[in-house]
Amino acid sequence: MGKIIAKNLDFYYKDFQALKNINLEISEKKITAIIGPSGCGKSTLLRCFNRMNDLIEGIRLEGEILIDGVNIYRDDSDLLFLRKKVGMVFQRPNPFALSIYENIAFGLKIHNMAKRKEIPKIVEDCLNSVHLLDEVRDRLNTSALKLSLEQKQRLCIARTLAVKPEVILMDEPCSALDPLATLKIEELMQELRKDYTIVIVTHNMQQAARVSDETGFMLLGELVEFGKTQDIFTRPGDKRTEDYITGRFG
Amino acid sequence: MNPKRRQKIVFSLLFISSLLVITPIFLIFFFIFKEGIKVISWEFLTTSPARMGGGGVFPAIVGTLYLTLGTVLISVPLGVLAGIYLSEYAKENLLTRLVKLAIINLAGVPSIVYGLFGLGLFVIFLRFGASLLSGCFTLSIMVLPIVITATKEALNNVPQSFREVSLSLGATKWQTIRYCVLPYAFGGILTGVILSIGRASGETAPILFTAAAFYLPHLPRSIFDQVMALPYHLYVVATQVPGVERRVSYGICLVLVVLVILIDLIALITRYQIRKKKLW
Repeated sequence: MGKIIAKNLDFYYKDFQALKNINLEISEKKITAIIGPSGCGKSTLLRCFNRMNDLIEGIRLEGEILIDGVNIYRDDSDLLFLRKKVGMVFQRPNPFALSIYENIAFGLKIHNMAKRKEIPKIVEDCLNSVHLLDEVRDRLNTSALKLSLEQKQRLCIARTLAVKPEVILMDEPCSALDPLATLKIEELMQELRKDYTIVIVTHNMQQAARVSDETGFMLLGELVEFGKTQDIFTRPGDKRTEDYITGRFG
Repeated sequence: MNPKRRQKIVFSLLFISSLLVITPIFLIFFFIFKEGIKVISWEFLTTSPARMGGGGVFPAIVGTLYLTLGTVLISVPLGVLAGIYLSEYAKENLLTRLVKLAIINLAGVPSIVYGLFGLGLFVIFLRFGASLLSGCFTLSIMVLPIVITATKEALNNVPQSFREVSLSLGATKWQTIRYCVLPYAFGGILTGVILSIGRASGETAPILFTAAAFYLPHLPRSIFDQVMALPYHLYVVATQVPGVERRVSYGICLVLVVLVILIDLIALITRYQIRKKKLW
């Protein structure tokens, strides 16, 4: 059974229907890419998985999203627990205006996850798993805002890892980065895939083709096609998918 | 007319307008300083008035400091908390709209109305009498809109993405506000506090019936004592006591202005220190 399952999902911003009857199954410990042109609803879909859309007024959702078989939109669903379990990396690297150390420790502190003495070790482990530790070891207490864009994004990923999520949602994580930095983040994703379920939204088709195991193509709020990345990019089943990936529009 | 010339004329107009705006401020300071400095002496600042219009202004300085401090202690916590609620928690409904409307209107109420309100509520109804306490409460109500509005603005200026990150990590709304929003709004809130200090320390009407003593050569012994205050003392000396030298009024003015500037300076330095530490 899939880690995340969406069933007959409809999503509305006021009168506008942003998602239309989405059904998909995201496999555990794989990278799933969601591609499509701007405004197709891919970010909206992503933000349904950790209920970040709840912050917007006037939204309405019908259908279900199951994570580990539990509907996260049940009335008694624990939002804090959900967001701890389903982490998110944003489009623009957005570290807190705190030190590198404090950025990682933030999640540990708000969830009371570790004893004071254990925090430094966990911070180092997290930084290490995104290969940032060696670059910043001697300046953990300096502002995270002085890092390069790519380092910031890796820091944000590390910050997400600190609260021990099972799923990581990435909302165009490389769109602010140059190609080389993008490559590094992609390599990192490949490593993280062993331990985490990753869902990445991207408008960069090559990126989806490079990193993902499975791909969904969205258009105007519909999930047009979903399947193995290789299949989607070599033998798309739908004419619209084919038009998009061959660059006829988008 | 050729566009370049027209541009020059417009620029000159803009420049002259801004000059005109600062001229009165400059003149006020100049005259107050020029006349006031003549009566300023150590004795003037540290002794009690021996008779009305003579002697020092020490009790009035202390009174104004007490009133300002008390007002800050009451209005800042209340105003900041209300500002946080309105900006972060309140849903857009009839009640919220009423509260917001009330705040806007409160800011436009003439200060003498606050004075009469304070007289009715604190002095008479709550039996605080004409006292430091009544004065602080009255001034607090007057500056509350400033603090609330500044807090709301400061919070609104914190980028939404700060809140998103924190919430996406599973932080509660309060944790998010406490750790990811308030620290960045602090400077803006402090600006509101500075404004209210200026307002509270300079107003005469709200303390006229609620706190200010006409002549009281000693310091207040409790919060239920009346106090002298610089603005009211100035008013009394300038208009109610015959035969006082004009420069004494200027002296009191100067003391008041310098006092407000000093208090503001402390707040400004604090804000600068905080901004230096937390950049984004």
